[in-house]
Amino acid sequence: MQGIRNFFKTYFLLDLFAGMWLTWKGLLRPKVTINYPEEKTPQSFRYRGLHALRRYPNGEERCIACKLCEAACPALAITIESDVANDGTRRTTRYDIDLFKCIYCGFCEEACPVDAIVETRIHEYHMEARGENIMSKDKLLAIGERYEAMIAQDKAADAPYR
Amino acid sequence: MWQWAPIRDWLSQLITGYWANPLLTAVQVLITMICIILVMAFYTLAERKVIGWIQSRRGPNRVDLLGIPGAAQPFADVFKLIFKEIIVPTDANQFLFRLAPFLALIPALALWAVIPFSPEHVFANVDAGLLYLLAMTSMGVYGIILAGWAANSKYAFLGAMRSAAQIVAYEIAMGFALVGVLMAARSLNIGEIVRSQSGGPLSWYWFWLMPLMFVYFIAGLAETNRAPFDVAEGESEIVAGFHVDYSGMAFALFFIAEYVNMITVSALTVIFFLGGWLSPFQGYLPDDNLLAQPGFFWFGLKTLLPMFTFLWVRATFPRYRYDQIMRLGWKALIPVTLVWLLAEGLMAWFKVGPWKHL
Amino acid sequence: MFATILFYVFGTVLIGAALGVVLARNPVHSALLLVLCFFDSAVIWLLLDAEFLAITLVLVYVGAVMVLFLFVVMMLDVNIEELRRGLASYWPLAVAVAGFVIFAMINVIVLRKLGGAALADATSVALPASNTRALGTVLFTRYAYPAQLAAAVLLVASVAAIVLTLRSRKGRKHLDVAAQVAVRPQDRLRMIKMPGEKRT
Repeated sequence: MQGIRNFFKTYFLLDLFAGMWLTWKGLLRPKVTINYPEEKTPQSFRYRGLHALRRYPNGEERCIACKLCEAACPALAITIESDVANDGTRRTTRYDIDLFKCIYCGFCEEACPVDAIVETRIHEYHMEARGENIMSKDKLLAIGERYEAMIAQDKAADAPYR
Repeated sequence: MWQWAPIRDWLSQLITGYWANPLLTAVQVLITMICIILVMAFYTLAERKVIGWIQSRRGPNRVDLLGIPGAAQPFADVFKLIFKEIIVPTDANQFLFRLAPFLALIPALALWAVIPFSPEHVFANVDAGLLYLLAMTSMGVYGIILAGWAANSKYAFLGAMRSAAQIVAYEIAMGFALVGVLMAARSLNIGEIVRSQSGGPLSWYWFWLMPLMFVYFIAGLAETNRAPFDVAEGESEIVAGFHVDYSGMAFALFFIAEYVNMITVSALTVIFFLGGWLSPFQGYLPDDNLLAQPGFFWFGLKTLLPMFTFLWVRATFPRYRYDQIMRLGWKALIPVTLVWLLAEGLMAWFKVGPWKHL
Repeated sequence: MFATILFYVFGTVLIGAALGVVLARNPVHSALLLVLCFFDSAVIWLLLDAEFLAITLVLVYVGAVMVLFLFVVMMLDVNIEELRRGLASYWPLAVAVAGFVIFAMINVIVLRKLGGAALADATSVALPASNTRALGTVLFTRYAYPAQLAAAVLLVASVAAIVLTLRSRKGRKHLDVAAQVAVRPQDRLRMIKMPGEKRT
């Protein structure tokens, strides 16, 4: 009996037509694609995108060259050299992040005791020439200055969960 | 002084006299081929759009043509492929590697010589048209085998081997399905096959030969290496199969050949089972009604149906495993055709269906 | 006139391709040249108005047989240089065989005028419809039994070939596709109703 049923099911292609009917219904479903550059999905304030180095409100660099981020980085993307600055504080002379090595895990951000290195929610950036993948200290500080308002807001939003 | 008159006379003689017919045919062939290639170009777009819609996506919608989003996508693709470099692997068989794309494309286009677009328009009204179709379809496999072998790559070779065995196996089922059509139409001439179906949609062969129509369409899917039978280029197993080492226009030729073959199989399904150029209103509307007239319009419109089914099937079914493909071809499709040939014999005996005028 | 020129062109190509089959260094090239040979003979048959035979030659030999040939030849890893060593020493045999065949053809066509009559028949008899129909009529009436016999012999041969090569060995991972296809969702899948988590 089962065999006969299977025979008819197979030779009348019932399973196949059931599948075709399913995809036909899909054809008429409303589309869920987001037209990316014009429409965007909502983004978390914890989004880990391009890096930035922050400053205190009085303009002083936050980074104290403790090299915890360098140690924490699983991809060895961060290179730091430090020296004693004119005012006697310990400062980085070199702070490079290789964006090709970086895996955007956010460990540097977690490791930082002074919230100096952060990952912003910027994810639309590109490089046009070789070498632009190395984010130097100047570039990181510039990003930090430019997006300080956004970074501060994201940090404030994240604070209750820490 | 230079005398133009004799040369002009000679040239015009050359054109109007002996060469007039071949030249006219050549121009017609060229126009037809351009039309087919254009249809093929928009068919690729339709494929991406339809599969996108089925998967709740929008499909290509960035390159506008006449204000229609995405309509110029095929042309963008073509320009991209034209400007890509054609890389020939060092250890490849240089000559065969370059020859293979043409061997894939030429039979695909040569098939159109015997396909009647309307009662009057067919390039070669040959008596053994059906056999010619089968012969040309089986030629297409050479492009694939040679591409796979000449590239000197194991992935390409595996793809070629899979394709060769599959096409040879499904050709038999396809041939038997066409034997059924042949029995009903009692002619190998394609125009005759269409004419013998006249008399409204119910006298088209899809009704009396429905199992054969399904067998033919499934075998057509396998012959064109389309999903769910696309093991020859199964990208999850052997990268891209037989054309893994091709780039630029050499790859595009394979692509064009595949899509032209799909259009051909659709057109043939219409010719053999859906009444070709015949109007679906024949017999229901008065004969002098415009809608009841046979013509290219109906042929083109009906061809869209199997063409859409090709895409629909690709969006629906997962790829077959290779032993299942072989089992389906030899143990399911061929017995079905044989049984139905027997049934056709009985129908002819009792004079029903297409045989009622015997 | 035009047909004669075509005949000589295709005849030359045919002989060249046939020589290539024997002399090519690469077995795949040999097989491909054999395909060219079949095609060429098909064209020559077309010139003789034998379109059914021509198309069948392409369909059967080019479309199926040679594909399988290529299939096998491509997978072989033969050292062709080894096999070809001493090929030249066989030339007396080759000449003898070729001479015999040529003699036989001359005997049939020229001396006994057998082929001539048949050839004149073939070209002078204007076939009323297609020669496909004519061939079919003859094959299924006058030669019905020989045709059936040939078909039976072929069937037996193919079955025998399968039986001879069919061997079951231990430990092969054979899958019963029919059993796999017959499986129903309820045999494999268990649907469990789970209460959803409360949104807080």
